[in-house]
Amino acid sequence: MTRFLRLTTALAFGALCALPVTAAELKIGLGDDADVLDPAQSRTFVGRIVYTAMCDKLVDVSPDLKIVPQLATDWAWSEEGKVLTMTLRNGVKFHDGTTMDAAAVVATIERNMTLTESRRKSELSSVEKVEATAPLTVKFTLKKPDATLLAQLSDRAGMIVSPKAAKELGANFGSKPVCAGPFKFVERVQQDRIVLEKFQDYWNKDNIFIDKVTYLPIPDTTVRLANLQSGDLDMIERLAPTDVATVKSNPKLTYADVVNIGYMGLYTNIANGPRADNPFGKDKRLRQAFSLAIDRDALNQIVYEGTAVGGNQPFPPNSPWFNKAIPVPARDVEKAKALIKEAGFERVPVEMQIPNNPVAQQMMQVVQSMVAEAGFDVQLKSTEFATLLDEQTRGNYQLSRSDWSGRVDPDGNIHQFITCKGGINDTKYCNPKVDELLNEARATTDQAVRKAKYDAASVILNDDLPIIYLGHQSWIWAMQKNVTGFVASPDGMIRLVGMKKG
Amino acid sequence: MLVYIGKRLLVAIPTLLIISIFVFSLQKLLPGDPIMAMAGEERDPAVLDMLREKYRLNDPIPVQYITWLGGVLTGDLGISLRTNQPVTELIAEKLPVTIQLAIMSMFFAFAIGVPMGILAAVKKNTAIDYVASILALSGLSVPNFWLGIMLILLISVNLGWLPASGFESIFVDPVRSLQTMIMPSFVLGNALAATLMRHTRSAMLGVLSADYIRTARAKGLSPRQVILSHSFRNALLPVITLTALLFGELLAGAVLTEQIFTIPGFGKLIVDAVFNRDYAVVQGVVMCTAVGFIVMNLIADILYVLLNPRLRASL
Repeated sequence: MTRFLRLTTALAFGALCALPVTAAELKIGLGDDADVLDPAQSRTFVGRIVYTAMCDKLVDVSPDLKIVPQLATDWAWSEEGKVLTMTLRNGVKFHDGTTMDAAAVVATIERNMTLTESRRKSELSSVEKVEATAPLTVKFTLKKPDATLLAQLSDRAGMIVSPKAAKELGANFGSKPVCAGPFKFVERVQQDRIVLEKFQDYWNKDNIFIDKVTYLPIPDTTVRLANLQSGDLDMIERLAPTDVATVKSNPKLTYADVVNIGYMGLYTNIANGPRADNPFGKDKRLRQAFSLAIDRDALNQIVYEGTAVGGNQPFPPNSPWFNKAIPVPARDVEKAKALIKEAGFERVPVEMQIPNNPVAQQMMQVVQSMVAEAGFDVQLKSTEFATLLDEQTRGNYQLSRSDWSGRVDPDGNIHQFITCKGGINDTKYCNPKVDELLNEARATTDQAVRKAKYDAASVILNDDLPIIYLGHQSWIWAMQKNVTGFVASPDGMIRLVGMKKG
Repeated sequence: MLVYIGKRLLVAIPTLLIISIFVFSLQKLLPGDPIMAMAGEERDPAVLDMLREKYRLNDPIPVQYITWLGGVLTGDLGISLRTNQPVTELIAEKLPVTIQLAIMSMFFAFAIGVPMGILAAVKKNTAIDYVASILALSGLSVPNFWLGIMLILLISVNLGWLPASGFESIFVDPVRSLQTMIMPSFVLGNALAATLMRHTRSAMLGVLSADYIRTARAKGLSPRQVILSHSFRNALLPVITLTALLFGELLAGAVLTEQIFTIPGFGKLIVDAVFNRDYAVVQGVVMCTAVGFIVMNLIADILYVLLNPRLRASL
């Protein structure tokens, strides 16, 4: 026993001898572990956070969601939106020392379009061919006009990788990714860490003030915050809304948030298999009543501590794409009751499948009690995430709570969910008029025309309600006081350019 | 002895086969498939079909099982669908982490449980005995995840003594490695200590009332000699069997503990694999754990025989 005491005392003392900290090393706690670190194959949100430091893209997105230059300095549309010509930045090097030029861009885009394992094929499906017309000029020829292409090129599809490394490693590129971003890959231990160090030949190196960055996946939000509080981490992403007060009251920490570009939604089974055959799926008045019975502001206050905003469209109210003619509805139980009555019901039983995380459960329980007042008897069915998606795709649901992390281009928030043949149209809602509007919105680069099309579509969708939009969460970050220069961006990324520590 | 070990190992083969069939079928019963889990919100049907084809998930389940079994016999446990890494490589990477956690937890379990058990037995029905029993009961009742988070908040956040979570290999930075492992192994060892304490106590009580102990005392041996050399050695026998069984509990406990302290070990590997429907990884880890469990029990039985001369004849 005494020996044990002596040993533990010695160990505790050893622990007291402080942990060494180097000035410009940034440790960032992520909510999950990233998947394969190959921009062509990757699919996780946290993977994109890592790429933001490692892989520059042809174009980037500014905090106000405008497309801005990155590896391409300039671009122009021609031939009625069927040709996109990009001028590349001169003197850019990949992490392996090779030069980033038009040939490298062509090789990367072709890799994204043809690699068997590529997950970028649908994002680039409008591209007919891509050519290097000069050492620093790339020409994209499209099958049909596609206004969303620039937004795709501002994400993984537009991350240019070293053709040399891509050729050597093939589908195994993720084991040692070589890009042209401000930080280069050092090592990765699955489920533990991803380490990057400053790339000395980065084209914008004068604005990089961090020498090394380590990403640590810590899924539990409490533990992630504890690591920040204890000083083991410099920054964390996706702070739980319930912890916002803790961070704000801590003098050693700072806080940043911004309403994200995604949405929280309730998917109604409109025509996806036999389970769609119920009054809620058939009669839009019931869906309208359901939507009217929800107090979206109260949800935001109760569940998200005021960090979220209520919503009724695929775009948040602060987005330029939001249709101001259809404001977020206030709660109106009487009107909801009247609609239910009009549809011929007193009480309406509804089964709602929800993800089994505490926040979603809490939120849907609040919704359950809100709509009960109007006449809906909601039965909640808590389901683990992979199962929920599976049931939703198969149509084995009546009402399903599912969220979308959002895309920079408005098309990414609506087209694939709502159009008749949309890739993830789980409600199987199909309205030729809406299809026409959404397809036309895709085909023009004139923003005013696009806005008019989305506005028109939102009027129809707000009446039919295949997806009942509930609101929009915020991205929330917390960091040590000595970490400065971070700009909160609605896409949830952590851009290290301009960030300082100490 | 060798024949005995050989027999035991042969018996292990059907056990492992049954376990593998069981785990394989259980996984297939889960709704959702790995491709869907991998895709997350980006569910492009064409890509999903391509991946299902590539990983042969469209084959009938028995065919998938036979393919997997064939791989195992040639030392290939398959490839992780999520990270494209071979499962054997993942296991080799994570196993040492969990072994370190297991050893350190066992250290805490023994360091706390055994002395407390001896003390409680020797001071039977006194205040010390009651306090020890209450401590043991609370050790058993306190949930791992709660104790873990409380320790993180107290020791790391408030006192700043130890890192809140994470892991460092003992070969890279031994000090940091021990620092990161103290809290998780204490949390894990704590629950085992309670069980160990109760068993040590009852085994000791049985031995202490035996005739030969009275004789030893009568001979004038010091209480220390009587308790440690004469009683404890004999009381150890059931404790050893228990330790082997506790090993299973340890692995189960590691699942939660590793999750809380973000330790990239076996437990975390299997939890993430289940959520991602990464069949090959789940299967590989469960098989590896089963082998470990069987081997631990074999070792316990052998030790049992070595410590107990009466059993040697029966081999």
